[in-house]
Amino acid sequence: MKLLNYTTKYFAAILLFALLLFTVIFYFQMLDEIYDSLDDGLENQKILVINRAKKDPSVFNKTSFKDGYYTIHPTTYSEIKNVKDSYRDTLMYMLNEKDYEPVRLLESAFRQDGKYYKLKVITSMVEEDDLIEDLLYSILWLYIGLVAGVLFLNNWVLKRLWRPFYSLLNNLKNFNIEKEQSIELENTNIEEFKLLNLQVEKLLQKSIDSFKAQKQFIENASHELQTPLAISINKLELLAEKEELSSNNMTLLASVLENLERMTRLNHALLLLSKIDNKQFVEEENLNIVQLVTQIANDFSDFANHKNIEISISSDDTIQKYMNKDLAIILFTNLIKNAIIHTSLNSIITIKIHNQKVSIENESETSKLDDQQLFSRFYKVNPHKSSTGLGLAISKAIADKYELELIYIYDRYHIFIVNFQ
Amino acid sequence: MKVLIIEDEQEMLQNMKQTLEKEDYLVETATDYDSAFLKIGVYDYDCILLDISLPGKSGLEILKELKKREVSDGVIIVSAKNSLDDKLEGLHLGADDYLPKPFHMAELNARIKAIFRRRNLKGDTLIKIENLNIDIENRIALIEDEALLLNRKEFDILFYLASNKNRLVNKTALAEHVWGDHIDQTDSFDFIYSQIKNLRKKLKDHNVQVEVKAIYGIGYKLVSL
Repeated sequence: MKLLNYTTKYFAAILLFALLLFTVIFYFQMLDEIYDSLDDGLENQKILVINRAKKDPSVFNKTSFKDGYYTIHPTTYSEIKNVKDSYRDTLMYMLNEKDYEPVRLLESAFRQDGKYYKLKVITSMVEEDDLIEDLLYSILWLYIGLVAGVLFLNNWVLKRLWRPFYSLLNNLKNFNIEKEQSIELENTNIEEFKLLNLQVEKLLQKSIDSFKAQKQFIENASHELQTPLAISINKLELLAEKEELSSNNMTLLASVLENLERMTRLNHALLLLSKIDNKQFVEEENLNIVQLVTQIANDFSDFANHKNIEISISSDDTIQKYMNKDLAIILFTNLIKNAIIHTSLNSIITIKIHNQKVSIENESETSKLDDQQLFSRFYKVNPHKSSTGLGLAISKAIADKYELELIYIYDRYHIFIVNFQ
Repeated sequence: MKVLIIEDEQEMLQNMKQTLEKEDYLVETATDYDSAFLKIGVYDYDCILLDISLPGKSGLEILKELKKREVSDGVIIVSAKNSLDDKLEGLHLGADDYLPKPFHMAELNARIKAIFRRRNLKGDTLIKIENLNIDIENRIALIEDEALLLNRKEFDILFYLASNKNRLVNKTALAEHVWGDHIDQTDSFDFIYSQIKNLRKKLKDHNVQVEVKAIYGIGYKLVSL
């Protein structure tokens, strides 16, 4: 959920709660005030009635509410000696509403001319259910209005406020450390965002620096390894030529040489990867990819024939690409070589050039490869094979450099596709 | 044949010196710019092996100086950098070849011989071992006057082994020379073996007085019978 929606959600919940609470308190307070004012009115009327009774004895005939707002009943002292003015709610049939409606009733007693009278004064009351209903409606409208207000606030005001943050997020999403370019930060006057931008910038610069240093380190290390490797291999070759070694020792020597050579290949591959990463292949030319792929496939024909593998090329498209020739050769050499090495004996490797795509398919007993891992460095399907585990990583690095799509699909065949579109 | 090795790494220098002395070349060595020019001033060399990552002045400086002095020695750049820029610049400055470290002795040998052929033996592009003649120009092998029918790879193998006659040729060196650097899987070695087997059979069928000997998993050696 988005940050803005979160605030809206919380605001809506808080507002709902606060408004309900407010409504309840408001309702009771208002009711209290209404009662207070009604009771005052009733008391005033009581005094008026008592005063009138002093002048007009017909008042004492009002024994029912039929045509007035008060009743007077004669009573005895014993009955009223404990009576104080009491207010209560009651129901009375209202002619206009044709229904029983609540009324406020004041019961009191007074003495006149030595006689005691009980007095009841009524006044019409607020209808609480109507009041509650009205109140609820207005609160509902208020609530809707407020939520709409919050939404508006979020979408216009907060969105504007948070813009530097969202722009930072967006930039981070597009950040690619391999491009070694820090992101562009939006200027802001908000202290927190300023700080955030500053820290992110520092962090990115640090990452870029260590990324560069790491690449440089691999390249330097590989370079430094070349000379000792050369010396060791050459010394062993000279030793092997001496013809004074037993066959056992020669076998040992062969194994050492083989492993040194393996190390050399690994070193070459690492160096190549670093060079691609460090953008050291500058020379570029317009290449005829179809021709290039055909040539590479031909170069491998001896090797393929030996394994009784047929390489079939079909092409119904022309692909031109402006790129470094060595890298283009390495890209396809690795893919084709991989296909030859991993294909089953006596099978066919199909290279199709179609629709600006080069696909290389081979059969294999191995089922689908892990396409998450496949292009990562040192990924090996068969650990015992003396491959460097860098071939596909190199191909991928080259493809990435030229923004070509290199994908792997498994559909009974292992298919590698280079997309030039 | 006189060869000058300019290389600051002593061990590397000794390796190259030893292997070249086996070919009966006269080998001189230098470890820096000044001693190199001291020697170049005195002698003419048929070939100079030049390490371009020398301390102080780069090997490319030596190359520039050689060009300026119009010294016509054949120069092979030896470099641990294996960088395309150095290669291009080196060749542009008049180097004859570029050999990235680490390399196999057999490869060094073959490259030097190619330089000699280009420089000294103009017109004479024939390697003769017993009754086998290899015509490099026309890429054919002859037994006396009869052509030995070899396919392209078989010829390359024979030529490479002949360039390193009586020397042990590492099978990786052979594979890389004949099939290119991309043949770098060990399971390609039995593929080389099968090619060698074909070659041996042809040599034997034609009574060629040379033999390709296999040396304990390391490689092959071409010897006279």
